[in-house]
Amino acid sequence: MKILYFAWLRSKIGVPTETVELPAEVATAGDLVEWLKTRSPRHAEALANSKVVKVAVNQEHVPYDHPISPTDEVALFPPVTGG
Amino acid sequence: MAIRVQAEDFDVGAEYAAFTAGRTGVGGVAMFVGLVRDIAGGEAVSAMTLEHYPGMTEKQLEAIEMEARRRWPLDDVLVIHRHGRLEPGDRIVMVATASAHRDAAFESCRFLMDWLKTKAPFWKLEATPEGERWVEAKESDDAAAARWAGQGD
Repeated sequence: MKILYFAWLRSKIGVPTETVELPAEVATAGDLVEWLKTRSPRHAEALANSKVVKVAVNQEHVPYDHPISPTDEVALFPPVTGG
Repeated sequence: MAIRVQAEDFDVGAEYAAFTAGRTGVGGVAMFVGLVRDIAGGEAVSAMTLEHYPGMTEKQLEAIEMEARRRWPLDDVLVIHRHGRLEPGDRIVMVATASAHRDAAFESCRFLMDWLKTKAPFWKLEATPEGERWVEAKESDDAAAARWAGQGD
């Protein structure tokens, strides 16, 4: 699965995008955030406060219980601040 | 319908002229232009860099425009949002709405900005004397967007 990071999530994790092999038990956006925390200390620190980690699946905002599949484009980012 | 996400500046007068050309049924145009401020949270801001999520940004802005058109009788909508490095005084965003009646133009213009600020994937990085910092989302922006919930449904 391709994962994209934006803003301070990108700078904290250190890469704008990565491709991961999704374990079978990761079924939702929330599962993915929890699982990504185990990948490295940088991931753990960046994703520590899930209240400020937003998820988009195929370019739509989704709640943490939204299901995900390996072909999805998943993006993680802080609350948006444009305009 | 026009949604543009671009690094380049835009000319408000030229945009207005193009937006209204040939539209004799329009009774009013409401426009909002957002600018980079030179101070934020009491600190001087020397520059601001806007990051966005190409693809999702356009998709979200189009969805927001569709929602505005569903709620108000609009002749046209224009949204221009810049990305990249900007300096104080630079234009960041422009929203224009045209309608036969002013209330629809005013309200939809405000709605577009309120929703854009909470739904379009843009992030601001400010350069200050203390270093660079990411702008945090404001609760007041969430409250402004939430104000429209349940209205026009």
